[in-house]
Amino acid sequence: MHIVVCTKQTPDSAAKLTVDEAGNVSWGDSPIIINPWDEYAVEEAILIKERFNGEPKVTVLSMGPEEALEALKHAIAMGCDEGIRVWDEAFENSDTLATSYVLAKAIEKMGDVDLILFGKSAIDSQTGQVPMEVARRLGFSPLTYVIKIVELDFEGRTITVERLLEQGRQVVKAPLPAVIGTVKGINEPRYPSFMGIRKATRAQYPVWTGADIGAEPEKAGAAGSGVRWERIFPPPVREGGAEIIEAETPEEAARILVDKLMAEKVI
Amino acid sequence: MDFELTEEHKMIARMVRDFAEKEVAPYIKEYDRAHKPFTKAIYRMAELGILGICIPVRYGGQGMDYISLGLACEELERVDSSLRVVLSVHVGLNSLGLLQWGTEEQKQRFLVPQARGERFAAYALTEPGAGSDAAALATTARREGDVYILNGEKMWISLASVAHNFLVFAVTDPQAKPRHRGITAFIVEREMKGVTTGDIHGKMGVRAGSTGWIAMEDVEVPVENRLGEEGEGFKIAMSCLDNGRYTIGAGATGLIRACLEASVKYARERKTFGKEIGQHQLIQRMIAHMRRDYEIARLLYLRAGWLKNQGIRNTWQTSLAKWFATEASFAAASNAVQIHGAYGYSDEYDVERYLRNSKGACIYEGTSQIHEIIQAQYALGYREDRPLRCELPAYDPEEWQREA
Repeated sequence: MHIVVCTKQTPDSAAKLTVDEAGNVSWGDSPIIINPWDEYAVEEAILIKERFNGEPKVTVLSMGPEEALEALKHAIAMGCDEGIRVWDEAFENSDTLATSYVLAKAIEKMGDVDLILFGKSAIDSQTGQVPMEVARRLGFSPLTYVIKIVELDFEGRTITVERLLEQGRQVVKAPLPAVIGTVKGINEPRYPSFMGIRKATRAQYPVWTGADIGAEPEKAGAAGSGVRWERIFPPPVREGGAEIIEAETPEEAARILVDKLMAEKVI
Repeated sequence: MDFELTEEHKMIARMVRDFAEKEVAPYIKEYDRAHKPFTKAIYRMAELGILGICIPVRYGGQGMDYISLGLACEELERVDSSLRVVLSVHVGLNSLGLLQWGTEEQKQRFLVPQARGERFAAYALTEPGAGSDAAALATTARREGDVYILNGEKMWISLASVAHNFLVFAVTDPQAKPRHRGITAFIVEREMKGVTTGDIHGKMGVRAGSTGWIAMEDVEVPVENRLGEEGEGFKIAMSCLDNGRYTIGAGATGLIRACLEASVKYARERKTFGKEIGQHQLIQRMIAHMRRDYEIARLLYLRAGWLKNQGIRNTWQTSLAKWFATEASFAAASNAVQIHGAYGYSDEYDVERYLRNSKGACIYEGTSQIHEIIQAQYALGYREDRPLRCELPAYDPEEWQREA
């Protein structure tokens, strides 16, 4: 029983993003943290481990430079067993296609993986594409927007999950191995424990290079990416202001509001 | 010389910060406004191991160092003083006192459940007629065979209505000269017959925390519950204050940080005379003072924590950290209100709570005036530390993380 959680490091959600004239993006001196959505995936993996009496091994995997260690350490401090970082200069400027290639190659190297968990997306790039791409590359069942794992049968090789869709909830059953994209609400991520923090700061974090995982350089990094960045610019500053409607009664205030909304053709 | 925190320290600070921000910050205003103790926070701190943060693992704690305790206090008080007060009394004043002075049997009986967060602990020195003049206690303990009979009342006791174990100081020898040699320390349990407690209402600050009184009427305390020797109580009380004051200094540092963060945010949002108020030099002056005081206060408490880790007596350094940080936090909070203008005067913003909360710490665990005198006495050579029968153990990671 082997579960892999894929995580990445992101700037703190309170960070202020700036883009200069040349299109260079900066997060300032914001601290680097584990992608907040990934915490749900980490928590779910630990919950599964606890449900199966600690038997499944939980590996946390991250592609990234040394900064990615933050995400790995946080996950270990929460309760994952081991952390592996994959990185190579050739992986720089990977888009989701190239990232999923590298992650899939790393997971292939592990060999015995039953379940891969992801957060729904990363708070910096927000694409949410990597889970499906990894599933496709490995031929695993792709299960995204999962709000609940209803049943997990390692021996019978099946998993049943509840997916949270715009139209409602959907229960699906799929064969293992599978890839799961978790959503907020699937659980309440725990804080790192003191024991976990101790373990995380003392653990070894192997770094797998492109050669270690057998990645072909032209499929990773900028060379393996399908997305080209034509131009990067900050979104225009939002114009407009707030207006407080003063009226004698709530009904009167509502009528004024409706008139204004109709005048603006909002309704 | 190394000013860098360890990775462990940083992760602990972050964990405590996340807890305080997620689970306390959204609700604290409501509890403070209602003068209602936010007791849920104590239970959560127990579950997370924070109540045993710097107690050895074999005594039920988490085996972290004294600096971790300081960092936790800073993060807790950044959100609300009532959270830090819990660590001050439960860990600083009580549990560390047991670690320093307790017999092995007492550590097993009292320290283990406290460090695990199964029983909460408080410290009962102050009385209606004995504050700064701590040796003027009126509570008495009369020995009768294998028990002491305690009578008296304690006042301004944090966690009075929540704690299970109280470290109570009482006079066993009224004839002793000087008076403080007649004081003895006892572990009084809430379940003991004759113990009653209640909360004090109408406090200026720390309204989301329990502060109250303990009355003892012919309470029979077994001799096994005596901490240290007869007549050693005053020394125990003072050594506990070395740890309590450390947590207060660290906490007040967090309060300065809260004032600085709130003021910077507001100063960049609010506009007057055509520019954000942060552009005005007199606002900048107040911000600069907060920044200066935060950095000084933090260095002072971290040094005290480092000395504790080394097992070096730190009475004057801790007193300095506490004195400086609490006075500076009061000034920072007052300026934070000033920067917020009329909004700062309303409880719509947090800064008025910071101001009310900051004042208490300039009074308890040695008023600012007591600390001023302590500092002068050390500087003048009128006061020096004598070795204690039991010293606070130095931090030894291997020893502290040993399971048994």
